Amino acid sequence: MVDQPYSTAPQQREAATMGMFVFLGTEIMLFGGLFAVALGLRLAHPREFIDASLQLHVWIGAVNTAVLLTSSALVALAVHAARAHQHRATSILFNSAAVLGVVFLGLKAFEYATEYREGLLLPPVGVQRLFMDLYLVSTGLHALHVTVGAGLLAAVAAFAPRRPLLVEDTGLFWHLVDAIWVFLYPVLYLAR
Amino acid sequence: MEQARKRLAIVWLALIALLALTVAGSFTVTGASSAIVSFGVAAAKVALIFWFFMQLRTEKGLIRVFAVGAIAWLLILLLFAAIDYATR
Repeated sequence: MVDQPYSTAPQQREAATMGMFVFLGTEIMLFGGLFAVALGLRLAHPREFIDASLQLHVWIGAVNTAVLLTSSALVALAVHAARAHQHRATSILFNSAAVLGVVFLGLKAFEYATEYREGLLLPPVGVQRLFMDLYLVSTGLHALHVTVGAGLLAAVAAFAPRRPLLVEDTGLFWHLVDAIWVFLYPVLYLAR
Repeated sequence: MEQARKRLAIVWLALIALLALTVAGSFTVTGASSAIVSFGVAAAKVALIFWFFMQLRTEKGLIRVFAVGAIAWLLILLLFAAIDYATR
């Protein structure tokens, strides 16, 4: 099954993969701006940055990292299943990964609520406020990506498990959302 | 197929082990060595994700360049931002 203007399936796949990586590049630059802010804030106020980081819930973040890494592994298995034409397995694995995405969002919401109760979420003006604003914007933007990604996984599982390119590209998006969290976690939670 | 699944399972185990390492590191080391541990581990994890999960292992050179191109430019951005702060 090859669409115009491609002449072979591998050529079409290569074009789709390359296009997806160009899009992922724009995502990396989008989050890259936030990482640059974190770098600047930490270099300008090293001690206050670490004090603010110590207040975050390291263990909720660690569990959430494990949840996302596991969902990414399931998505990688799903892509393998799709290549072997095991469409049912692809659907099940994509749905399981989407459920883990929802678990991630639930834990994140619980974490925000806990921080709000502790008066941590909106501290008075100062470096801690700058840190918490960065924390809210970057984890919020990431949570938005998890929401979209989980929705895409569920949609592909329901309607298009037989379209290998859609399965692969949706998988690539999910892996990048995972990879961004892998960096957000130490930047925000583990500054010591 | 069986071998591919086994490989992905090993990569997942390695990622979880690296997560444990970075959390343990946050309780034991501070300062510059803490930053080296946490960013070294994060870079290793992302390398595993890109190489195995995102299949760069089996992609052609041009796709690999597209995959890491944005990261390379981002590192340049971060480097010059850091130099700006370091030389004030």
